[in-house]
Amino acid sequence: MSKPITRISSNMPVYEDNDPQDELVTLNIGPTHPATHGVFQNVVQIDGERIVSGVSTIGYIHRAFEKIAEHRPFYQITPLTDRLNYCSSPINNMGWHMTVEKLLDIEIPKRVQYMRVIVMELARIADHIICNGILGVDTGAFSGFLYVMQEREFIYEIYEEICGARLTTNIGRIGGFERDFNEVAFEKIREFLKRFPPVLTEFQELFDRNRIFIERTSNVASVTAEEALDYSWSGPILRATGVDYDVRAHNPYCSYEEFDFDVPVGTNGDVYDRFMVRNEEMWQSMRIIEQALEKIEKEPKGIFHADVPDFYLPPKEQVYTNMEALIYHFKIVMGEWDAPKSEVYHAVEGANGELGFYLVHDGGRTPYRLHFRRPSFINYQMFAPMSSGMLISDAIINMSSLNVIAGELDA
Amino acid sequence: MDKLTNQQVLEKLQAQFADHIRNISEPKGLLTFETDKDVVIDILRLLKEDNTLQFIYLTDITAVHYPELAKPYAVVYHVHSLVFNVRVRIKVFLEKEQLNIPTATLLWQGANWMERETYDFFGIIFDGHPDLRRILNMDDLGVFPMRKEYPLEDPNRVDKKDFYFGR
Amino acid sequence: MSNVTLSEAPPGVEGAGFFATTLDKAIGLARANSLWPLPFATSCCGIEFMATMGSTYDLARFGAERPSFSPRQADMLLVMGTIAKKMAPVLKQVYIQMAEPRWVIAVGACASSGGIFDTYSVLQGIDEIIPVDVYVPGCPPRPEAILDGVLRLQDIVKNESLNRRNTPEYKALLEKYGIATDNG
Repeated sequence: MSKPITRISSNMPVYEDNDPQDELVTLNIGPTHPATHGVFQNVVQIDGERIVSGVSTIGYIHRAFEKIAEHRPFYQITPLTDRLNYCSSPINNMGWHMTVEKLLDIEIPKRVQYMRVIVMELARIADHIICNGILGVDTGAFSGFLYVMQEREFIYEIYEEICGARLTTNIGRIGGFERDFNEVAFEKIREFLKRFPPVLTEFQELFDRNRIFIERTSNVASVTAEEALDYSWSGPILRATGVDYDVRAHNPYCSYEEFDFDVPVGTNGDVYDRFMVRNEEMWQSMRIIEQALEKIEKEPKGIFHADVPDFYLPPKEQVYTNMEALIYHFKIVMGEWDAPKSEVYHAVEGANGELGFYLVHDGGRTPYRLHFRRPSFINYQMFAPMSSGMLISDAIINMSSLNVIAGELDA
Repeated sequence: MDKLTNQQVLEKLQAQFADHIRNISEPKGLLTFETDKDVVIDILRLLKEDNTLQFIYLTDITAVHYPELAKPYAVVYHVHSLVFNVRVRIKVFLEKEQLNIPTATLLWQGANWMERETYDFFGIIFDGHPDLRRILNMDDLGVFPMRKEYPLEDPNRVDKKDFYFGR
Repeated sequence: MSNVTLSEAPPGVEGAGFFATTLDKAIGLARANSLWPLPFATSCCGIEFMATMGSTYDLARFGAERPSFSPRQADMLLVMGTIAKKMAPVLKQVYIQMAEPRWVIAVGACASSGGIFDTYSVLQGIDEIIPVDVYVPGCPPRPEAILDGVLRLQDIVKNESLNRRNTPEYKALLEKYGIATDNG
């Protein structure tokens, strides 16, 4: 019957075309399909309900981030990072700022670092809410999704209080934040810490002992630690296989070493473990936010950026009245930076894995080369090989639990 | 566990590949060196399989285009020793006419898409790669867009006249 | 009865036991309040659409209760997110598969004009390949803006003549995009 489709890697089975009883059917899933949350295309060969082999095609929203980045000054790249993993934009923003600060050797005040930690952990919660909520939807439980989405809206409200935007936040500047968190923002963060635990508990109780959920997810798409490392997995899905690699703990940035938090790991590396790891990470994120709020109290008030006039825009009122401020403003906006010729690799723990920025700078106005190590891209490549032998419905759940974000996948 | 320093990693490598390791530097504390394409896979294998190094995690493969150099294309590997928490960056410069380099998929399956992406953007040919096709761009794009000579904007645009922008 | 707001009756002649209006208006009213959306979500705006469908903003209030993932049973195509050139033929195919009458909303800067991605790989606005009825600005637009876009589309639907899809102007429009018309 149908010809075998292109092999994707050496461990894929090859099916010869000579069996008259061969009843393999080629099925195209995507690139626009309700079961795949995003733009993914997979051409699979199926034997009944079972997938025999598959090929992923990606690039359907390739937007050439890396090429744009070579044509934009540093501060104009922040909006690009927003649109990588748009479920947790602030982590991308902060990761980019920290990369540039590493290049420029800027010392960031502690208070700013704690503020960043709060924003990043809120983003992590927001991202895990989407992923776990959608996983619930895909296994047939819509209500859990609606419960937690309410809280996600509240996180958006906090973002709005901090930066004015909801989704593509563009939070912060190189050197700190564009303004201090106002009182309402702090209040809302504290309120979030109070109102989220009962909702999360309820959400968790809906699933973690639910027989249908367990039977749909347990032992589905199990991955061993060796396989996961072989495919360079990172993030919650790697930790679900039992490898405790978390950039926050391994290579602490932004003072994460001062915080007391656990890195949850799974044992099986299956969909259920990924779900539980993400849930536990939300609890840990709450712990971190709580500690960060305490630490901010002890820091001197009102500091929200590093004292680096060469790289941090002066307040707008001063630009109109003060010659020095005007000069700095002009230099920054025109990209006249004194940035050293160097190269930096900086990694942060994104919501779905190690988000790395490899920046090569030649002293010009724009990065000479900026490469994003995108966890979605690297995590997703195992999807097709691991799908062989799986039921279609399991493959769909597997895809949801990988939490692949199309914007980050295709860059 | 004992700490592994960049110096120790370097000594280990130089014991075997002394002639092939050049331009050693440590920008921001990350050990960086250049090597040749004939030995890059052997170096990666040593890094991965030696018990005292254990660079088991391939973080990234990418490339950089330096049009003004004699060897204009640099393939850049980032590997990470999860056990000792050390990263290493390895660069291999390639000539314009000789864009071939052996594939790292023999060591890590995960190198598959990273190399496809590098091929897609720069046209670097990874010898022995199981399926070297374009990955992000359309198959009929015809150029390797991340090379410096290609423009960012679509040159076929007709609606973007200078007139509208007062230029 | 709960306090459900009934939609306003179109202008017409009212008397004892009857109400007369034009067929155009009656059908327009029905169509406008039962638009079946086809969310063609590719990127960031899709997440805001999720919020729009969610409990806080609730698109279902405006008659768009049932998101249809099959183009055959949808009449409002919501294009949300960047459409790369690789994706363009897929989008066009989806549009062709929709039955008349069909309307298109371009949600967000990318779908409207390419947005910040003025690059070799991104389509500079979906109106290069399919006709668009309503553009929603924003990167991404807030849920309120998406709702407003749907309401603006309802206005268009309400006032659309039943004959519009048979007019030579409409056929010429589709022909310009290289899309065959259903009826002729």
